[in-house]
Amino acid sequence: MLLSPINVISSSFAVLLLILALTPFLRLNQRLLINVGFFLAAIASFFAAVAGFWSLVNGMTTQVILPIGLPDLPFHLRIDLLSGYFLVVVGLLAFFVSIYSIGYVKGFLGQRSVTHLVVFYVLFLAGMVLVVLADDALFFLIAWEMMAASSYFLVLYEDERVENRRAAFLYLVVAHVGAIAILLSFGVLAGLTTGFSGFQNYTFDAMRAAHLPPELATLAFLLAFFGFSAKAGVIPLHIWLPEAHPVAPSNVSALMSGVMLKTAIYGIVRVVFDLIRVFPWWWGALVLVFGLVSAVMGVLYALMQHDLKRLLAYHSVENIGIILIGIGLSMIFTSFNMSLLAALALIAGLYHTLNHAMFKGLLFMGAGSVLNATHERNMEEMGGLIRFMPWTAVLFLIGCISISALPPFNGFVSEWLTYQAFLLSPALPSPLLNLMIPLGAALLALTSALAAACFVKAFGVTFLGNHRGHHGGHIHEAGWSMRLGMLLAALACLGLGIFPTYMIGWMDPLAEKLVGGKIAASASGLGWMWLTPIAAERASYSAPLAFIGILTVVVVTYLLLHARPGAIRRAPLWNCGFEKVTSRMQYTATSFAMPLRRIFGFLFSIKEHVRQPPSASHPAFPDRIHYHLRVRDRFWTWMYQPVIDASFWLSRRIGRMQQGRIQIYLIYSFVTILVLLIFS
Amino acid sequence: MNIDPLIVEILQIAVLLIVAPVFTGWIKMVKCWFQGRTSPSLFQPWRDIVKLFSKDVTLAENASWIFRFTPYLVFGISVMAGGIIPILSMDLPLSAMADVIALVALFSIARFFTALAGMDIGTAFGGMGASREMTIASLAEPAMLMAVFAVSLVGKSTSVSQMAIVISQGHSLLRPSLVFALLAFILITLAETGRVPVDNPATHLELTMIHEAMILEYSGRHLALIEWASMMKLFLFAVLGIASFVPWGIPRNGELLSVAVALLVLLFKLAGIGVVLVLIETGLAKMRIFRITEFLGSAFLFATIGMMSYFMLE
Amino acid sequence: MNVQLASHLNSLLASFILLTAFGLVVQRRMNALLHLFAWQGFFLAVSTAIVGYLGGAHDLYISSILTLAIKVALLPYILHRLIIKLKIHKEVETVVNIPATMLMGIVLVIFSYHLTAPIRELSTLVTRSTLAVALATVMLGFLMMITRKHAVTQIIGFLAMENGLLFAATSATYGMPLVVELGVALDLLIAAFIFGMFFFHISTTFDSLDVDQMARLKEED
Repeated sequence: MLLSPINVISSSFAVLLLILALTPFLRLNQRLLINVGFFLAAIASFFAAVAGFWSLVNGMTTQVILPIGLPDLPFHLRIDLLSGYFLVVVGLLAFFVSIYSIGYVKGFLGQRSVTHLVVFYVLFLAGMVLVVLADDALFFLIAWEMMAASSYFLVLYEDERVENRRAAFLYLVVAHVGAIAILLSFGVLAGLTTGFSGFQNYTFDAMRAAHLPPELATLAFLLAFFGFSAKAGVIPLHIWLPEAHPVAPSNVSALMSGVMLKTAIYGIVRVVFDLIRVFPWWWGALVLVFGLVSAVMGVLYALMQHDLKRLLAYHSVENIGIILIGIGLSMIFTSFNMSLLAALALIAGLYHTLNHAMFKGLLFMGAGSVLNATHERNMEEMGGLIRFMPWTAVLFLIGCISISALPPFNGFVSEWLTYQAFLLSPALPSPLLNLMIPLGAALLALTSALAAACFVKAFGVTFLGNHRGHHGGHIHEAGWSMRLGMLLAALACLGLGIFPTYMIGWMDPLAEKLVGGKIAASASGLGWMWLTPIAAERASYSAPLAFIGILTVVVVTYLLLHARPGAIRRAPLWNCGFEKVTSRMQYTATSFAMPLRRIFGFLFSIKEHVRQPPSASHPAFPDRIHYHLRVRDRFWTWMYQPVIDASFWLSRRIGRMQQGRIQIYLIYSFVTILVLLIFS
Repeated sequence: MNIDPLIVEILQIAVLLIVAPVFTGWIKMVKCWFQGRTSPSLFQPWRDIVKLFSKDVTLAENASWIFRFTPYLVFGISVMAGGIIPILSMDLPLSAMADVIALVALFSIARFFTALAGMDIGTAFGGMGASREMTIASLAEPAMLMAVFAVSLVGKSTSVSQMAIVISQGHSLLRPSLVFALLAFILITLAETGRVPVDNPATHLELTMIHEAMILEYSGRHLALIEWASMMKLFLFAVLGIASFVPWGIPRNGELLSVAVALLVLLFKLAGIGVVLVLIETGLAKMRIFRITEFLGSAFLFATIGMMSYFMLE
Repeated sequence: MNVQLASHLNSLLASFILLTAFGLVVQRRMNALLHLFAWQGFFLAVSTAIVGYLGGAHDLYISSILTLAIKVALLPYILHRLIIKLKIHKEVETVVNIPATMLMGIVLVIFSYHLTAPIRELSTLVTRSTLAVALATVMLGFLMMITRKHAVTQIIGFLAMENGLLFAATSATYGMPLVVELGVALDLLIAAFIFGMFFFHISTTFDSLDVDQMARLKEED
């Protein structure tokens, strides 16, 4: 058959290579380069998504051995159900973001060259797609490195500022620490099959076939979990996320937050459910605990931020936590051989993966539009933007509603499925787990409520009210391509929210392959409109009916009861009679979060200081007040600073070896030769 | 004679729309009796709503579409929630649309938009109300979920109708898990509907307003819709409590006689709930805002003890 | 009153005892602590009577009346007089804040549930499921002694622990022999008197009953 998933994905790569080939010719006409480059990138991503969807829905697995690679160790490529699903995640968001980039990157024209932005963007996309397709340890790590390196250069795009360079360096260091752990983990898995004496078993097929003793399997799992968590931004390895994501260009941030973090989730699912497959329950409990901690701490960190993109970056930490909650529950159910519940939890986690890609991409694209228009990332300088950027405001609002897990959008569906998995945990035979897992459900409820609070703050302070800053130029709405990209992502959010039964039907073969349970039949037991995992009497939710119901009632109420245009009077605001209201009298982002800062502040190191210099006119009425707030991440002082200090200490000690005098170096060479001669 | 479930559904929504302001009026009456004052009429809230409908709407100059859209959304969601909870019958076509978790999420979306509307005009009051409301909501959510967990363990389901069916069939009324879940639910209702000791619904002092601060700028029929919606929210929480904890009297199917009896039983139960609510409101003083953490923490504690009692004692 | 209803009632009372144990841990006001302790004694007394009915051990009725007399009436009265005489403040401070103490309490309850799981498998009595609550009450009483800074609350925590032990005895073995019960009750009364004398002594030495002040007793280098 001429047309197959593997051919489609190959044509996607061909298009990406075409962009790279055209770049040297087009780089003189930067505008044309942007148009052609990102348009072709959109096509390539679309092909990737189509290939993935095809493979997922038809349950096809194709394996290819590439002619390239190291001598005797060729690269293996495999497109199966799991990689198909993640190809859909990668390809779909990359498609939307590429369309968005056509307009966004034009904002850099005239300030700096966009050639390397285009080149590294293409390499980044290629890297992510290859990670998902790789079928042996070597190719996986090479693709992983390609992804990390190209994203490093993308983060470093505006490199004239020192904090950008610092953020990029921190990102590089943590990414490589993670990569080493992943390498060691694959080493353990590969070495187990041959007793550490040969290299043949670096392919994933060999790892699958091997029988692993429990202690070494645990070691491999812990190393892999550590390594992938560093990339995913799980607490405590999250420190690079809020530094790197804000400084990158917004289309890159959208891809990094929306898709790159998901490749780490792909890695965890692949290693645990596909390569290792048999594991004790405490692995799942570990993943669940880290997921819960990341979710709660992530959203609390986000609440303290007033930089819009940093806030969104911390929310990525929170949502990765929610995905890990689903995966952790699935691991616990699998270890007790409850395949139906394991399928439910796994589908909840994977559904949230796609949902997060969609709404986080949308939110970052919106933040990019705001940044383009106001040249400002600080929310305290914004406000009232809904009047200048109505489209961006509506699309950003859809992103806010989705991430706060509110019906009828997609965030609610995956959280609802996760809650159902929690509520079915009393079926577990272990009494200890029965008592502890509901506490986890309560923490998830806390997380989603805090996320809603945070996005009321983000949307309210940025778009509503009056403008707080001193902006000179006028603020304009985003261009058509930016709006189109955001609109497509918003429609995807709505679609994923309204048609969950179809989505679950498509994901069902994947769940069956990984954990052995199918829920699609029971999930659409009452019909396509009702989502009833497990059984209709147990729980049911009908997203289309909810959406239509809300729409109908609102429209009917409006038609029956709305005020006639003549009866509406516009007047200055009421404000209990205080008429002289300035824009500085509004609530700022910091003040909005104050009650929560008071309540949860013990988790951070917070220093608040109010200083009132003596007033010239009268001691009771101050001229000005200084307010200083510093919120710091405790992990930096507990974990990272000691490690940094220790490594500096160690490198100073080792640096003593470098004396600079030639006699010492000759002595080193001489001693080495003697040692080799003795022990040869 | 069996009534068509659709007719029962419409009847139920009509009951919601009509009885909710009367319930608020009843609470006001009982509170005045306890405090030794003369009370307004039972139908005073109705008169207030009608008065507001006849007034003009005064909009601030910088109000956006969110401000104008919110009253309709909040009203619509309250009406839809009335179609999900079994009030007059357990056999409702809309009950499969949302289970109790989706119901809580529907209330959340109404609260989300009300908070946004509060921030829309750009006054300090709106921001303050929004900030406090979202804080209290985030503290009440874990307690609410734990209570739902405890009740769903007993009812073996999260669908409200199903829970009502199972609990009404159970013989033992005094299961510890349900008793504690009920205590937690009472505390959460006080927090979510903005009653004393969490928020004083009658105050207009800026330091004590929470819900009032968010809707300060509304007037005319927008305010009428929002006030009606908040009365409906109190009614809906009361009815949710009835369906989950004391569902006897709600018939399984839509027989005409049983529906009529159900209506009378409902009015009787609501009267009782009103008295209990007034006892709590008169006996407690409004708390400082940072004491609300402990209040909701005790609600969480009650719900957790309820959940643990299910495993430990049943 | 049939067996089914009685054992349901017993479970309900067990949950109320657990609730009062939590209340003792998180409550701040002195009068409220005394009330909670009295209620705990009351629930315990009723539960002992019901277990006596269920197991046919009639000396448990005497134990129940003894509990009512001492724990619900006498001891709270003695402590109340002590509080008035020593002019103790009406609020107690805690070492850790209240929500954290509550979370520690929840963890202790789960822990005691896990610990008593093997006994639940083996026991044949109707009251075996309340053993976890009894152990939890003991632990919560101990937690109360640890997290409070006031001498009077230490003795209330000690008495709460004793409540838990009595409850454990009735759920595990349908009560202890009557002689043992009388001996324990007498010991408690004497302990209460001795504590009272100590409080007077501490109060006159330090002018306060805050146990942090006792840190002054250590040797200074």
